[in-house]
Amino acid sequence: MSGAPRRQYTNPVIRWIEYRLPIFSTVEATIGADMPTPKNLNYWWSFGGLLTLALVIQIVTGIVLAMHYIAHGSMAFDSVEHIMRNVNSGWLIRYVHANGASLFFLAVYVHIARGMYYGSYKYPREILWMLGVVIFLIMMATAFMGYVLPWGQMSFWAATVITNLFSAIPVIGEEITTWLWGGFSVDSPTLTRFYSLHYLLPFAIFGVTILHIWALHVHGPNNPTGIDVKGPQDTIPYKPYYTSKYLSVFSAFMMVLAVLVFFEPNYLGHPDNYKPADPLQTPAHIVPEWYFLPFYAILRAIPDKLLGVIAMFGSILVWFILPWLDTSRVRSGRYRPLFKQFFWLLVIDFLVLMWCGAQPAEGPALIVARIATAYYFLHFIVILPLVGWFERPKPLPESISTSVLGSGAAAPKAAE
Amino acid sequence: MSKLLRLLGGATLAAMIAWPVVAAEAIKPAAREWSFNGIFGTFDRAKAQRGYAVYKQVCASCHGVKYLAFRNLTAIGFTEAEAKALAAEAQITDGPNEEGEMFQRPGRPSDRLPMPYANDAAARAANGGALPPDLSLITKAREHGPDYVYALLTSYSDAPRGMTLPAGMTYNKAFAGNQIAMPAPLTEGQVEYIDGTKATVAQMAEDVVVFLHWAAEPNLEARHRLGFQAVLFLLALTVLFWFVKQRVWGDQH
Repeated sequence: MSGAPRRQYTNPVIRWIEYRLPIFSTVEATIGADMPTPKNLNYWWSFGGLLTLALVIQIVTGIVLAMHYIAHGSMAFDSVEHIMRNVNSGWLIRYVHANGASLFFLAVYVHIARGMYYGSYKYPREILWMLGVVIFLIMMATAFMGYVLPWGQMSFWAATVITNLFSAIPVIGEEITTWLWGGFSVDSPTLTRFYSLHYLLPFAIFGVTILHIWALHVHGPNNPTGIDVKGPQDTIPYKPYYTSKYLSVFSAFMMVLAVLVFFEPNYLGHPDNYKPADPLQTPAHIVPEWYFLPFYAILRAIPDKLLGVIAMFGSILVWFILPWLDTSRVRSGRYRPLFKQFFWLLVIDFLVLMWCGAQPAEGPALIVARIATAYYFLHFIVILPLVGWFERPKPLPESISTSVLGSGAAAPKAAE
Repeated sequence: MSKLLRLLGGATLAAMIAWPVVAAEAIKPAAREWSFNGIFGTFDRAKAQRGYAVYKQVCASCHGVKYLAFRNLTAIGFTEAEAKALAAEAQITDGPNEEGEMFQRPGRPSDRLPMPYANDAAARAANGGALPPDLSLITKAREHGPDYVYALLTSYSDAPRGMTLPAGMTYNKAFAGNQIAMPAPLTEGQVEYIDGTKATVAQMAEDVVVFLHWAAEPNLEARHRLGFQAVLFLLALTVLFWFVKQRVWGDQH
C-alpha cells in the first residue's frame, strides 16, 4: 500500500481536493503513510511519539495561558497568580504546562539515549539525527525563555546569568548583551521579547519535527538489532501493531504527569520563583531547572568564562558530528560489548554532572564537575572513535526475523 | 567491568538521592502533620478560620496578603454573610468620585484585603529598613514552607550568651543566620478565639500556617479531588491499552 506513487482515493471529497491540491498523497508519502516497521521495536521506540504528544500538550496549554498572561515587568508575576486563582482551571493549565516541560525533557533524554545506544544516528540516518539535535537546541531555548515568564526571583536571575554569557564573546560581547536585553540590564523589554520568542519557537520545533519525521520515513526506523530490514518477513504494519503497543506508554506518561500536577505540582520547581523578581536581591544559589543542570555544571566547571560558554554549547554541538565520531560499522550497542560499557559510563557521567549543577560551584563538587566534564568530552572525542577500531563486535543475527524467532536470548520481549 | 559499572551507577543514584539538591543554609524545619498533606489532604476549616483571626489581629499590622479578596474567605467555611461582614469592617480607599476625590467606604466582598502600608518605601520606613514580605505565597516561597513558617513562629528565644544582636534584631534559631528583623509576633493569649480554643503560641502558629497555606494554594482541595479521579482513570486506561496490545499482537506469536 505504502510507497505507491499516486494513490487512488475512493472518498469523492478527497479525490476532488487531491486532483487540485495533492496534499493527501504528499502527506502520506512523507510523514503520514502506514509504513512497514521492523517487527522488533521495543518500548524505548515509543518515546518519539510520546514527544509529539508532549509538544502538543505544551502548545495547547501554552496558547490558553497566553490568553491570560501579561508580559510586563510590573504585571507578569501578578498575572500568573491571577491565572492560578481567578481563571477557571487556570491552576490546572499552568501546572500541566510547567510540569509538562519537565516530562518533555525527561522523554527527550530517554529518546536521545536510545538513539545513542542503538546507533540510530548512523548511515543512512545522519540527517534524521542532526534534525533531532536542532529540535533539542530549540527546545532548550524555548524552555529557558518560558521559565523567565513568571518573573519570579529564579526567572529573573536565570535570565541574568544566561544572557550575561553572551558578554563573554570578545569585542562585541557587551553590545550583544545590551541588544539582547533591550536595555542595560534584564528588565521589562527583555521579558517582553522572551515572551514573543517563547510563543514563536514551539512552532519552529513543530516544523523541524515534520522534517524529522519525514527523514524517519525515508529509511524507516532503526531497530534494536541495528541491522537493516531485508524483506517483508522482517516488518509489520505500524498500524495497528505499534499504535496499540505504544498507547499504553502514552497513557502511562499522562499518568505520571497527572501525579506530578495534582499531588506535587511544585516538586520540580524552586521556591524562590514564588518571590517576585527583585533586581536588588540576588538569591543565595541560582540554579536552573533540573534538565539544564548537566550543562550548567559544564559551564561552571571551566574557570574561564568564554571557554565555559564554548564548552557548554560544545557539549551539545558535538552531537552533530556523532555519526562520524563513532567509527564502528555495527549500529546496535547490543552487539558491541565494549561500547555498551562506555555508553552506561556516559549515562552515569551525565547524572553526576546533573548533581554537580545543583551544588554551589566550590569544594569537592567543583572538582567532581571538572572530572565529569573532562570525561564527557573524552567520551565523544577520544573513546568513541577508538572503541570503534579496537572493539570486536559480537556476531550479528542474520536478519531481524531470525533475531526475533531465534534462541530467545537476543530479543525475547519484542516478539511478544 | 560490568560489575564495576553497576556499582558505579548504583553509587551515583544513591548519592543523588541522599544528598540535598542544594545545601540548605538554615536548619531543616521539623516535619509536622498537616491536614492538607497527602493525596486526600484538605484544609481544616476551624484552624483556617482561627488562622484568619491570627492573621488579622497580629500579622496584618505589617504583612499584606495582596492576592486574597474577602469573597475568597467563603472557601474556608465562612458564610457569605460573614464574609460580607468581615469586608464591611475594613475601610477601603475608592475613587475618584465625580468631584475627582478619593474617598473611604466600607469594604465589599469583592475587595482585596487591605494592605498595611501604602507602598514598599512606607513599609521599610516603619520597620527600620526591613520590608515585611507579602504573605500570599509565603508557604510556597520557602523550602518546606508550612513547616518552616511554623518553626519560625515558634523558635523565638533569648540569644545564647556571648551573642550580641544588632539593634532591631531578634534571635530566632529557625531563621537563616539566626537574626531576624521581625520581633516575636505571638505571645500566649494574644488572640481571643471565638470558639474558645486556648491561644497558645503553638496553637496560633499552627492555625495561621493553615490559613496561609490556603492563601498560597487555594485550589489544593479541588486539585486533590480531581487528581484522584484523573490518576485512577489513567491507570485503568493504561491497563486497558495494554490488553489491547496483547490482543493485537496475538497473531504474531
